[in-house]
Amino acid sequence: MRHILSILLENEAGALSRVVGLFSARAYNIDSLTVSTTEDPTLSRMTIVTHGSDEVIEQITKQLNKLIEVVKVIDLNESEHIEREMMLIKVRATGKDREEMKRMADIFRGRIIDVTEKTYTIELTGTSDKLGAFIEAIDRAVILETVRTGASGIGRGERVLKI
Amino acid sequence: MQISGAEILVRCLQEEGVEFLFGYPGGAVLEIYDAIFRQEKFKHVLVRHEQAAVHAADAYSRSSDKVGVALVTSGPGATNAVTGIATAYMDSIPMVVISGQVATPAIGLDAFQEVDMVGITRPCVKHNFLVKDVNDIAETIKKAFYIAKSGRPGPVVVDIPKDITQQRAEFHYPESVHIRSYVPATRGHPGQIKKAINLLLEAKRPYIYVGGGAVQGNAAAEVTELVKSLGLPCTNTLMGLGAYPGSDPQFLGMLGMHGTYEANMAMQYCDVLIAVGARFDDRVISVPSHFLSQPKKIIHIDVDPSSISKRVKVDVPIVGDVKHVLREMLDILRQSGQKPDAQHLAHWWKQIEEWRGHNSLLYTPSTELIKPQYVVEKLYEITGGKAIVASDVGQHQMWAAQYYKFDSPKQWLNSGGLGTMGFGLPAAMGAQLANPDATVACITGEGSIQMNIQELSTCKQYHTPVKIVALNNRYLGMVRQWQEFFYGTRYSESYMDALPDFVKVAEAYGHVGFKIENPSDVEPVLREAFGPALKERLVFLDFRTDQSENVFPMIQNGKGLDQMDLPPHMRDVQQVPFENNRDYGNMC
Ligand SMILES: Cc1cc2nc3c(=O)[nH]c(=O)nc-3n(C[C@H](O)[C@H](O)[C@H](O)COP(=O)(O)OP(=O)(O)OC[C@H]3O[C@@H](n4cnc5c(N)ncnc54)[C@H](O)[C@@H]3O)c2cc1C
Ligand SMILES: Cc1ncc(C[n+]2csc(CCOP(=O)(O)OP(=O)(O)O)c2C)c(N)n1
Ligand SMILES: [Mg+2]
Repeated sequence: MRHILSILLENEAGALSRVVGLFSARAYNIDSLTVSTTEDPTLSRMTIVTHGSDEVIEQITKQLNKLIEVVKVIDLNESEHIEREMMLIKVRATGKDREEMKRMADIFRGRIIDVTEKTYTIELTGTSDKLGAFIEAIDRAVILETVRTGASGIGRGERVLKI
Repeated sequence: MQISGAEILVRCLQEEGVEFLFGYPGGAVLEIYDAIFRQEKFKHVLVRHEQAAVHAADAYSRSSDKVGVALVTSGPGATNAVTGIATAYMDSIPMVVISGQVATPAIGLDAFQEVDMVGITRPCVKHNFLVKDVNDIAETIKKAFYIAKSGRPGPVVVDIPKDITQQRAEFHYPESVHIRSYVPATRGHPGQIKKAINLLLEAKRPYIYVGGGAVQGNAAAEVTELVKSLGLPCTNTLMGLGAYPGSDPQFLGMLGMHGTYEANMAMQYCDVLIAVGARFDDRVISVPSHFLSQPKKIIHIDVDPSSISKRVKVDVPIVGDVKHVLREMLDILRQSGQKPDAQHLAHWWKQIEEWRGHNSLLYTPSTELIKPQYVVEKLYEITGGKAIVASDVGQHQMWAAQYYKFDSPKQWLNSGGLGTMGFGLPAAMGAQLANPDATVACITGEGSIQMNIQELSTCKQYHTPVKIVALNNRYLGMVRQWQEFFYGTRYSESYMDALPDFVKVAEAYGHVGFKIENPSDVEPVLREAFGPALKERLVFLDFRTDQSENVFPMIQNGKGLDQMDLPPHMRDVQQVPFENNRDYGNMC
């Protein structure tokens, strides 16, 4: 099953490679990983999307917690949460495709953030599924380039991940 | 007053009460070596290969309550240390390894003798540090010792660039450290402890399985008290040997791949198992699904949550330090005065005695050939069971584990998790330095000893009179055994050809050597070697043993605990055990 893990870790050189090294050394999957500092500059927050059986996810959580620089780990799947990912997608926009692309971007609540005579660059935010759906919905042949941030997640309501 | 980074490091080690620093110099650590030269509080032990420095520091920890420390230079010094670090990591041994690094501005430029030590060791350390500021040295060293010995112990590497050792700063050693992201568990959850006690009291066939965590956690007294007060049968893993006295009747021997018949059968057919600082290793329980095919409730005490339910899902996990958790269990048991049902227990013991009656460690004695098992038995006798025994890896290691009955923890030092040939001699050396009055023996093979034989020189320099008991079968015996069993006796590269004359080797290094070829000489020579006349000397005993001897019992890969290959005299023992075996379904 797909799980979204939120990790608070010390904002120190090398901490990221420990996490990534752990996943490869123990043959865990990383579907996506995002990381950046938080409002507290000593802490980074990482979101890892992974998949595996319940036993594997349990081991991943325990092994992450064991890393000295990891302060806290939560599995967002354990309760309600919100997930967002951003994609920048450059598409060919000429002739009748130009109108069509604009329409599709609107339907998916995307924004066109760069325009040339021949291309649009669209910014799209949503769940990873939604971004996938957009790619599916447009003609493959017009896609010039995509870049996705990987998912970030946060618990719903009062639930916070803090130290 | 400002002092150099190197001097700060030396002061830190002094503050930590370091007695010996095992190391080898080189460019990146010259500043540190100069600071060592100018101090007298601890002694530097100059090994002949960095791997040996790390094994010696590791064994110094294994055989004492202190933390061993090693110092190596950058580049090749650092990479030579890696095997030793991984060895300690796999067995959860506390240790601090300090490595030199090229100067900060040179890092990343493929400088002379530069390797990314933090990167190389990341997967085989509990934690590592690269010191980037001279002002951080003291706190980093304090943290390194704290992390190494607390929680689940392990090796910590501190990589220090040369310029940092030259810069100057004030020295202040912190009294304590707090790491907000690292809070190891100590006390177990009281509710879980109650559950565990109830399970044990209701058990019909209880069993206690004790591992290296009980040795590291200094919990031998608590283990013994629990076993005695509940009348339990007890087994130790290879790493747990000594945590419960090996000569006690309630001890069933080691379990696992080369465990005794009774220890393995009891593991398979118990109904409540309490695992104490043991990690359900593949060499212990073999195939998890087969192990669980006999229904049993499992209690697991471990300080590391990730050891729990890793290979086997357990019913009552207790995260905490073994000593604390067992103490609490004992207190509750004492207050309640409850015991498991005597009749059930008697029944269970009857079955165990029947298993034990087969004497699975029996071997065929010989008057012509020296049996390796016989040498270990005699060694046990002659040292009164009191020696510290370091071992290498192979058949000799298993015979040592099977036939030397360790009564105390920290008496048996071996590489279990990584299985590092070459561990034995430097380990014996480290243990002798930690325990100057103890008798220290190194049980080894002619293959393993040659992996760190240069340490005979270090032993000479520092007067460590260890006794090397080489079970010389002219084979990489453990490899040969597998080739005999699984590869149609095609002994591919497992023959030890062109062996040196070990007696002469020993003598060349300034030691005493004996070559023993007749079984009748085994005892007298051992007596001489361990006698008063040679007390201060390193003695190399080259026992020419039976080449064809195999280690039994043995559980082949993919087989279950009750599907052992048994020694010749047990070949017709049907491995279907318990009398009312209706309860147990299909056994084989
Ligand atoms: C040739 C060869 C053959 C082998 N055959 C066998 C065999 O037949 N039988 C056998 O048993 N092994 C055998 N081994 C060794 C095997 O590979 C493992 O190293 C060993 O079984 C692990 O022992 P353990 O379970 O006690 O765990 P250890 O590696 O000693 O781990 C200790 C556990 O205790 C925990 N712990 C540490 N400190 C504490 C504390 N204070 N409180 C609570 N928990 C703590 C740790 O988290 C860890 O989970 C063999 C090795 C070799 C090289
Ligand atoms: C460094 C290293 N290389 C290879 C092995 C694989 N190995 C395990 S046991 C063994 C043979 C050991 O031979 P010896 O020391 O003579 O002991 P014996 O089995 O003959 O008693 C080998 C090669 C190992 N454990 N460690
Ligand atoms: Mg051999």
